[in-house]
Amino acid sequence: MKTKFLIVLYIIFAVALSQSCSKFEPVAPDEGEILDGPVEGLSFDQNRQFLAGDVAFNDEIFTSQTGLGSVFVATSCGSCHAGDGKGTPFTTLTRFGQIDTTGNQFLHLGGPQLQNRALPGFTPEQLPQGATFSKFTPPANTGLGFLELVSDADILAMADPTDANGDGISGVPNYNYLPSFIQPFTSAIPQGGKYIHRFGKKASAYNLLHQTVNAYNQDIGITSTFNPKDVYSGNNIDPEISDQTIHNVVFYLQTLKVPIQRNSNDAEVIKGKNLFTQIQCSSCHTPMLKTGVSNIAPLSNKIFFPYTDLLLHDMGSGLDDGYTEGSAMTYEWRTPPLWGLGLSPKSQGGEYFLMHDGRAKSIEEAIQLHSGEALQSKNNFNQLSQENKNALIKFLKSL
Amino acid sequence: MNKSIVIVLISCCLFLKVNAQIDPSLLKIQPKDTVKNALNMDAVYNRPFIGVNKMPVSLGGYVEANWQHLGTDGVSDGHQFQFRRLTLFVASTIGKRIKFLSEIEFEPAEKEIGIEFAAVDVEFHPLLNLRGGMILNPIGAFNQNHDGPKWEFTDRPISATQMLPATWSNVGFGLYGKTYSKNWMFGYEFYLSSGFDNSIIDNNENKTFLPAAKQNSARFEETASGTPLFTGKIAARNNKIGEIGLSYMGGIYNKWQDDGIVIDDKRRLDVFAVDFNTTIPKANTYITAEWAWVNVQVPSTYTQQYGNKQQGGFIDIVQPIIKRTILGWKDAVINIALRAEYVDWNVGKFNVTLTNIGEDIWSIMPALSFRPTSQTVFRLNYKYQQQKDILGNPPSKTGGFSFGISTYF
Ligand code: HEC
Ligand code: HEC
Repeated sequence: MKTKFLIVLYIIFAVALSQSCSKFEPVAPDEGEILDGPVEGLSFDQNRQFLAGDVAFNDEIFTSQTGLGSVFVATSCGSCHAGDGKGTPFTTLTRFGQIDTTGNQFLHLGGPQLQNRALPGFTPEQLPQGATFSKFTPPANTGLGFLELVSDADILAMADPTDANGDGISGVPNYNYLPSFIQPFTSAIPQGGKYIHRFGKKASAYNLLHQTVNAYNQDIGITSTFNPKDVYSGNNIDPEISDQTIHNVVFYLQTLKVPIQRNSNDAEVIKGKNLFTQIQCSSCHTPMLKTGVSNIAPLSNKIFFPYTDLLLHDMGSGLDDGYTEGSAMTYEWRTPPLWGLGLSPKSQGGEYFLMHDGRAKSIEEAIQLHSGEALQSKNNFNQLSQENKNALIKFLKSL
Repeated sequence: MNKSIVIVLISCCLFLKVNAQIDPSLLKIQPKDTVKNALNMDAVYNRPFIGVNKMPVSLGGYVEANWQHLGTDGVSDGHQFQFRRLTLFVASTIGKRIKFLSEIEFEPAEKEIGIEFAAVDVEFHPLLNLRGGMILNPIGAFNQNHDGPKWEFTDRPISATQMLPATWSNVGFGLYGKTYSKNWMFGYEFYLSSGFDNSIIDNNENKTFLPAAKQNSARFEETASGTPLFTGKIAARNNKIGEIGLSYMGGIYNKWQDDGIVIDDKRRLDVFAVDFNTTIPKANTYITAEWAWVNVQVPSTYTQQYGNKQQGGFIDIVQPIIKRTILGWKDAVINIALRAEYVDWNVGKFNVTLTNIGEDIWSIMPALSFRPTSQTVFRLNYKYQQQKDILGNPPSKTGGFSFGISTYF
């Protein structure tokens, strides 16, 4: 009798369980706490393309069988851009060989990027004698589709090359020639055949296709029809990835959602936000931008809050590594977006690695490294009361 | 591959046909060794077989299927029904002191038919037996003792299958033997076999992953390094204390020459394992545990993505709570059980930051199992696990239930 009862109980339990299984599974982290995920409002087919790009970006690990190397820096996009967030010194890459606008003088010696790792049995590249270099820590990949759609006119409106308003902050775009596989945007405003580039620490990549093709080639050693040159031999070889995969990855990058601000109604956060403008941080870290027209509906004509002007600024000699790209000077860096800043430790192994090479271990340290055009702004920060400083940092961490 | 499928199917049909003509009363289950005088190394023969009157061949096998509902960080996979594997054993006594056993496994999800074991054993003396063919390398205990119905959990231990490459079989030859005295039993095994290749540090898992070498079925024909993989194990059992095993597996794993031309340095792989099992008297609590250390030489010019040290293991605790006649099954048993396990696939520090390299996982799995007979198990498991990426970022959390059945037949 007792066993029958037990068995009936067991069956009821099992049935109940199977109906409410998900309740026993770990819950999702709060949406504001993670960077990955698509923008809202994609169609079914767009969601499929997003997923295909997600798999290629995060799960496709290259091996010697699938074209890795022979020299490379990492084995997949996701290895460096964990959770689509910022990277660490382990995933940092080194570029070398260009000191001014005349271009890279070390292309014949493996420039611009140092492939510092090699498949077993191969020798990685060494920094050539006499080459200056910079280290670049991976930035977050979120909201890039929005940044790609900011018109050249809007970017130029933020630039102030002659410092006409006398605030000590100028800001210039990085102009460069386009590689043959890139079609310029219809809204592009070229100058003497050169176009405004916007992605990367030196703003030296034109758009997400440009960045993606270069990343496959330079970071992983994967050739494509867009860039068939093998980094190891220097010869053109067969494509190691399909055009479709590249388009899927570009689509994935375009449609990754923007980081969501947390605690935006907190009084201290609001106070910090006002201070951010008062002490001129916002003169470079422009809070609000807008997109132009796009055939991806959720990206079209949208207002968004990246905290960047996509322009290059003189950041002083402390950040001058003596290496550059495109028309940027060695002391000039593109203002990085600050959205997602507070989530950095979640992809950087629990720590902060800020500024282009991750040398700043905290937000305060990052601010202290500002100089050049940002000197005044930094001094303003240093004159704030501790309470105000805390409010500003709290605001930055809410981004 | 296709050819082998056909061959196996034909032999199954033949087997069924033969079977159909047999009066089931002629089939008798041969008693297996009692656990008391068996070591883990005896596991391949220590299985229920069906012998047909006077026929020198006996047959057996097991099957494993389950339902699971797991989710990771709020994303549920929903209801999943899985047919894990069907395994057939054929054993025969060929002549005096010569026997043969084969174990063929079908894994439909992997579209795989694998010969896990197919070896001839020749006994010269209980202390000196020769085994040759497709062998199971005796590293740890699980690899040789992996039959589904023996375990209270639907999933195999992570350290045994995702760090050590169970089920890891190779073509090889070796010697083994056993001796008893009163409460003690000692056993040893040594094999030289085919082995690993460079895929263990060049694979889709993006980490040093010994099981990657299993993809390479060419190893049954050609050993990548041209040098044998050595596997050795010694085990001791005391009937009051339990069994402890110490095992080692190692050798050069990579293809360092081709056509007589040297193309790479020689690199080694060395694995050490300890395993232990015991049954606590009176309470009848059964405990089995295994821990292993893996060392792989990785070139310093490669990437630390692929680590040179790994370690991990598991412990299973099984407590019978009811043992009596249930629904007419005599001596049916209900157990509660718990498995705790851990693997660190990349032990060490990043060269650049001198901080700890992540890439680890831990999991705990409470279970409730019902064994109507010792050869059949119904098991309900709840699993909770946390896995960290290489950078040591906040872990992804996985949890959920599974229910499975596994039985010998
Ligand atoms: C070795 C590590 C590494 C790998 C692998 C890698 N990236 Fe990056 N990624 C970086 C770094 C470092 C930067 C900054 C580069 C720069 O400033 O020019 C970057 C920049 C980017 C950017 C520009 C972001 C911005 O805000 O301007 C995109 C987009 C991007 N990567 C996509 C990819 C894709 C797609 C892949 C795979 C094909 C990939 N990355 C592989 C390290 C990596
Ligand atoms: C003149 C323009 C300018 C001003 C003004 C400015 N910044 Fe920046 N900021 C930059 C640039 C350019 C970088 C990137 C420098 C580098 O990568 O080495 C940067 C980097 C940062 C970073 C690190 C971001 C990262 O992802 O690594 C933080 C945080 C930051 N700024 C906050 C501030 C705050 C707070 C203020 C106001 C006190 C401020 N900035 C004022 C241009 C500016």
